[in-house]
Amino acid sequence: MILHATYIRKTGLFMLAIIVGLAAAIGIGWWQVDGPGADRPVNKPNSVISPIKSMSFSLIDHEGASVGPELLLDRPSMVFFGYTFCPDVCPTTLADISGWLEDLGPDAKGLNVVFISVDPERDTPEAMADYVAAFHPRIRGWTGSPDDVAQAASAFRVTYKKVLLDDGGYSMDHTASVILFDATGQFRSTIDFHESREIAVPKIRRVLRDR
Amino acid sequence: MKKFAIVTLAVTLITIVGTSFAQEAARLGDLVIEQPWARASIGTNRPAAAYLTIRNEGTKDDILLAASTPMSGMAEVHTMSMKDGVMSMGPAGPVEIPAGGKVLLAPGGLHIMMMKLKKALIKGKSVEITLSFKRSGKITVTAPIYGPGATRPE
Repeated sequence: MILHATYIRKTGLFMLAIIVGLAAAIGIGWWQVDGPGADRPVNKPNSVISPIKSMSFSLIDHEGASVGPELLLDRPSMVFFGYTFCPDVCPTTLADISGWLEDLGPDAKGLNVVFISVDPERDTPEAMADYVAAFHPRIRGWTGSPDDVAQAASAFRVTYKKVLLDDGGYSMDHTASVILFDATGQFRSTIDFHESREIAVPKIRRVLRDR
Repeated sequence: MKKFAIVTLAVTLITIVGTSFAQEAARLGDLVIEQPWARASIGTNRPAAAYLTIRNEGTKDDILLAASTPMSGMAEVHTMSMKDGVMSMGPAGPVEIPAGGKVLLAPGGLHIMMMKLKKALIKGKSVEITLSFKRSGKITVTAPIYGPGATRPE
C-alpha cells in the first residue's frame, strides 16, 4: 500500500515534470519565433506596412473608375506592383497569380486582387485594360498620375526606380512582393516572387478563413 | 534468336535517334538549341519575350553574344535580378555557354527581349530568332508563339 502510494507520487511528479518541460519548450519556442525574442527582418521593405485604413491615395482603375484604399476594406486583399512594359517577369507573375486564383476556385470571389502600376507614364487606364484582360478576371489594374502612384507606392512601402535601356526606352526596378491584407485592412503577410503555388495558395486561404 | 536481337537493337536505336531529333530544334556545331518559344505581345508598343535552351555538347565554352529577329527593331538578351525584394530587369551582357553544360532562357530569368516591335506577336504564329555565338557563329530558329499568359512551352 505504501509502495503503491509512492508509485503514484512518483508518477505524478514525473507527469508534472513533463508538463513543466513542455510548457517551457513551447514558451521558449514562442519567444524565439513569434515573441519578443524573434529575429526581425531588417531589409524587408514590407515588414511594417500600415493598416489600409490609415492609407490615403486616389487612383484610376482599368475601367476608368476612381479608386482608393477604401475599396480594399470589404474583404481580404492581395496587392502587388509592376508595369505592363515588362515582357518577362510581370506576365509570369500575373500568370502565377491567375493560377493561384484558379486553385481557389469560387473562393477567389472573396478576395480583392489589385495590380498597381509603377509606370504611370506608359500605363494609362487603357494600357492596363489591354493587359489585365489577358489574365484572371479578378485582377484589377490601378494606375494614376505620377504623384498619385508615388503616394500609393509609399503607403505600401514599395519602392521603384526608372532605369534607361539601350533602345531609348526604360525598365522599372520595383519591389516585387505580393502583399496580403485581411478584411479589416491589417497587413498579414507577403508572397515573394517564385514562391511555389503550394506555399502561396495556403497563405491566401489563411487570410480568407480569418475574415 | 540472333536476328531477333539485331532487329530489337535496330528498333531501339531508331527510337532513340528519332526521339532526340524530335527534341532538337536546331544544331550548330556543338550547340543544340531546344524548345524555342515566344509569348504573344499585347500590341506593338510593349516589348515581347522569347525563351529557349542552349546545350553545349562540345569540349570548349562558347558565348552567346547577340540575338535578333525580323519582328523587332532591336533585340537583346535580358535578365532579371532581385536585391532586397526589389526586382531589376536589364541587359544580361554576353552569356557563357559552358562546355558540356546548358543555359536556360526561361520566364523569370534570362530572356530574349524584343524591343521596337514591327509587328505584334500573335498566338499561334511563330517568330524567327537568330542567335550569334562567339565560337559557333549564327543560327536561326523558329519559335512558336503562345498566349500572353504562357509560362512554359505548351
